[in-house]
Formats: sequence, C-alpha cells, structure tokens
Amino acid sequence: MNLANSKKIFTHLILILICILSLIPFLWLLSTALKGRSENIFAYPPVFIPRDFTLDNFVEVLKLVPIAKYVLNSFIVASITVILNVILSALAAYPLARMEFKGKKVAFFAILATIMVPFQTIMLPVYIITLKLHLIDSYGEIFGYLGLILPFAVNAFGIFLMRQAFLTIPREIEESAIVDGCNSFQIFIKLLLPMVKPTIALLAIFTFIGSWGEFLWPSIVLTNEQLFTLPVGINNLSSAFSSDYRLVAAGSIVSIIPIIVFFLALQKYFIQGSNDGAVKG
Amino acid sequence: MSAYLFLLPAGIILLLFFFFPFFETIELSFFDYGNNIYKPTFVGFDNYISLINSPLFLKTILNTFYFLILCVPFLVIFPLFLAILINQNIKFKNTYKVLIYLPVVVSIVVVAIAFKWLYAPSGLLNFFIEKIGFEPVGWLTNPKVAMFSVALVTIFKGVGYYMMIYLSALMSVPKELYEAADVDGIVGFKKHWAITIPHLMPMIALVSTISSISALKVFVEIYVMTHGGPMDSTKTIVYYIYERAFENLDLGLASAGAVILLFVVMGFSMLNIFVFEKDKYKV
Repeated sequence: MNLANSKKIFTHLILILICILSLIPFLWLLSTALKGRSENIFAYPPVFIPRDFTLDNFVEVLKLVPIAKYVLNSFIVASITVILNVILSALAAYPLARMEFKGKKVAFFAILATIMVPFQTIMLPVYIITLKLHLIDSYGEIFGYLGLILPFAVNAFGIFLMRQAFLTIPREIEESAIVDGCNSFQIFIKLLLPMVKPTIALLAIFTFIGSWGEFLWPSIVLTNEQLFTLPVGINNLSSAFSSDYRLVAAGSIVSIIPIIVFFLALQKYFIQGSNDGAVKG
Repeated sequence: MSAYLFLLPAGIILLLFFFFPFFETIELSFFDYGNNIYKPTFVGFDNYISLINSPLFLKTILNTFYFLILCVPFLVIFPLFLAILINQNIKFKNTYKVLIYLPVVVSIVVVAIAFKWLYAPSGLLNFFIEKIGFEPVGWLTNPKVAMFSVALVTIFKGVGYYMMIYLSALMSVPKELYEAADVDGIVGFKKHWAITIPHLMPMIALVSTISSISALKVFVEIYVMTHGGPMDSTKTIVYYIYERAFENLDLGLASAGAVILLFVVMGFSMLNIFVFEKDKYKV
C-alpha cells in the first residue's frame, strides 16, 4: 500500500468517527425509545439493539401528548415566518440596492444597527408590546400565531442577503425595462425577483430551520398547550415525564423526523457551500 | 417616493419589535419594579449599581465567559480541520457533510434532551468513562463539571455549521497556489499551513466573533439541561435576565442586565460589521 492510499484511509476513518459521534446521541435516544417495559434502560453494560423491541412507547406518547398538533403549529409558524421574511426582506432590500432617496443612509444604518442587538437583550419589552397588541394565545389561536410570527417577520440578515443578491444584477437589464415603460414595482416583481430565486431559496430554507427550532420566544409567549410548537412541547414533555425516559425519547425522535426529512430533501442547499451569505451572528 | 413604500412593511415590523423594545429596555433599566410592578419608581443608575454589587450577577458574567472560553476556541479550530479534511477528492464526501451537519438542523431542545440522557448517572457516557478506568462523572450534578457538559452540547450542535462556513471559504482559495506549492515540494499539512490558513484568516476571524456572540447569548441548552444549577454553576447572563424578567418580574434589574450584555455583544458585532464583513455592509 502506498502513502497516498493509507492517507486516504486515515481520512475516511477520522470522518467516519466524526459522523458516528454526530449520530450517537440520536441513535441512543432511538434505542431507548424502542425498548419495552420489561427491559432495563439503565442496563450495565448498555444494550444498543433492544432485546424487548417494541413500538409501544411511540403509540403511548402520541396518545398522551398532542405531538401532531405541535408539528402542525410549528409548520404554520415556520411557513408564515418564511413567507413574510422573503417578501419583507426582498421589498426592503430593493431600494437599498437600487434606488437613491433621501434618508437612504439613515435607513441603511438603522437596519444595520439591528444586527448588533441580540433578541435576548430586548425580549422583555418585545413581550410587553406583544401583550399590549393582544398578540397572545389567550385572545385566540390566530392572535397566538401572530404573536409567535410577527416579531420574527423580518430581520437585517435577510434584508442584507437579498440586497447582496440584487447588487449582482447588471443595471442595464432594468434600464431597458424602464425604457419599455415599466414602473419600479413591475420591474421588481417581473424582472428582479425571478433573477434572485437561488437567494430566495437560501433565505427561505434557513429561516424555516431557524423558526422550526426556535425555543426562547415561544416558551415566553405560549400559555395554551394547543398552540405549543414542537420545541416547547417536547421540552414540556421532557419535564412532565422525566421519570419515564422511554416516552421522552420516543417523543423526541418523533419530533425530529419532519425536520430531518426536510433537511435530507433539500440537502444540496446546505452542502453546496454557497451559503456564506446566510452566516448569522 | 416608491422607495419608502418598499421599505414600509419591514420598517413597521422593525419599529414595533425592534426599535421600540430597544429604547424601552434602556428606559426600564432606570426604574425599580421591585415594590410594585404597576408603579415603577425612577431610580437612576441604582439597578446597575446593585447588579455590580451582586455576587450572583458577577458569577453569571464569569460563568458566561468561562462558557465562551470552553467552546469558542474549539468551534474555531476543529471545524476548520474538518473542512480541510473533507475538502479533498474523496468518496462519500457529501454523505460526510450531511451527517456532520445533521445536528445543526435538529432543535437544540432535542439535542439537549439527548445529551441529558447520555449524561445520566448510569448513562452511556459514564459507562465508557468507567470502561477506561475512571470514576463515574456527575456531568450535570457536579458544579465543577456542569458547564463543561453544557459547552459540549453547544459544540456538538455547532461543529457542522462552522464547517460549512469554512468549506464555502475554501472554494475561494486559488488552486494555482497549491500547484505552486507542489512545485516547491511543500507537502501535506505544511501546505495548508502555508496557503490555506493564511487565505482563510478573514473567515477564521469571522467565525471567532460569531461563535463568541452566540456563546454570550447561550440559554436554551442550560434551560433544558440544568436550569442554571447546580449551585448556579451554569447560570449565564441571559439566564439571569430571563429569571429576573419572567420569574421574579423584576423588570428594572432584568433590563439593566440586558443593557450590560448589549454592550458586551456590541463590541464583537462592531468588529464583524466594520472590519471582517465590511464589504457586505457598504452603503
């Protein structure tokens, strides 16, 4: 065996090891979720392949906890958050990239300033204003959803990401449209948006993942279990059934299936290496 | 005129849920809500003074920076190493990327629950620890270890994310440089030391600041796994703010804590905006 080959094998070994490490916590959870009542989940030495294999824990946890409703809630919140982010970011990015107007610098730096202020430092007043606007689940489901969505309907990262995309489009394309008598809104919809589709896809996917996994804000505003999103519901499950880790494990596994399917289906967007515009602080 | 119409929807959202709360945080930090939440009294800088004199608050600051030191160096260096390793002409490249990135897309709540299970007193991790001849560790019950255990979760969740950032930066390193190195007879890791690392310096700097900022904001891992314990050993600044704001309803103290955190984070963000990513943020 030559040097180049043994180097390659070594590389594969390290990478396989890292991959195993990044799966083990989930596989161990899965193994626990598949173990029946008669099997000791604290067995020494630990048993990976369940001896008393069963799906009962999944059946039971789905009966005890409305996980399907959590999934639906997460889906509603994440989808609308994505739609709003795409629309509002694109709208705001267009004049910042293309127009000259009074106060452009002010608008630009005001949006830029928001990057420096983490949500955690303003969450309390955000909560107060959400209460004042009655965007809270005790006023009804719609208000509850709105309260979860609106504070995250747009952010500076999305606006700057879209702006970067618009900046790469040659100006000549618009100029010919202006000659043809299109107004700026028509140019925006018909000409520019189709040209930044890859960036829109990127923004949509990363916003979806972020919104789907968000815990802090939903845990602050939600009071009605019928509106729990997955992370809040699963955290609630883990404290309510902390004595029965089979159920916690089963619930956790169920909760990650949708996002893993989403990720695997759209994996090329994550791994093609063009996501540097989506870097978040 | 139409420029303002385009900006309006985003402007309304940012005004309501960003600018207004931002100034409100500063305002609240000058009021005392301790006696009556409906009748705050103006107290000037008293909240700040009591925070500075509060051993618990100082401990949360130390804890936060301890957490930062535990995870940031690792999150800056290890994903870079992985990215260089994976950025070769090897089989299963995409499979490796997908699996290493997987923890990034899973909710931190589930990751924390999975680790809580690994950290159980007679859990999987202690089994291996005993196997190699050590005493079992109180991962989340020993105040000396708990923060390390939390940092491990943050690292686990972050490695894939930063690896992808490095991978996209690696694509911009000119291939000719490596060819020139081959001609000069520079091989193996020395080649990366001479070419890759210097070329990636701006990215390394950026990863340092963004991972520091997210370390300063750490919350969910701690909320799910330790609730700040044992003996406040994992209580961080954000956890302190959360507790004051939503459990003790001490809005003034919570806001003063938030303003202090804001100043710390702003230092790092400014580095990003005005130095490392200045091209992206040019008017």
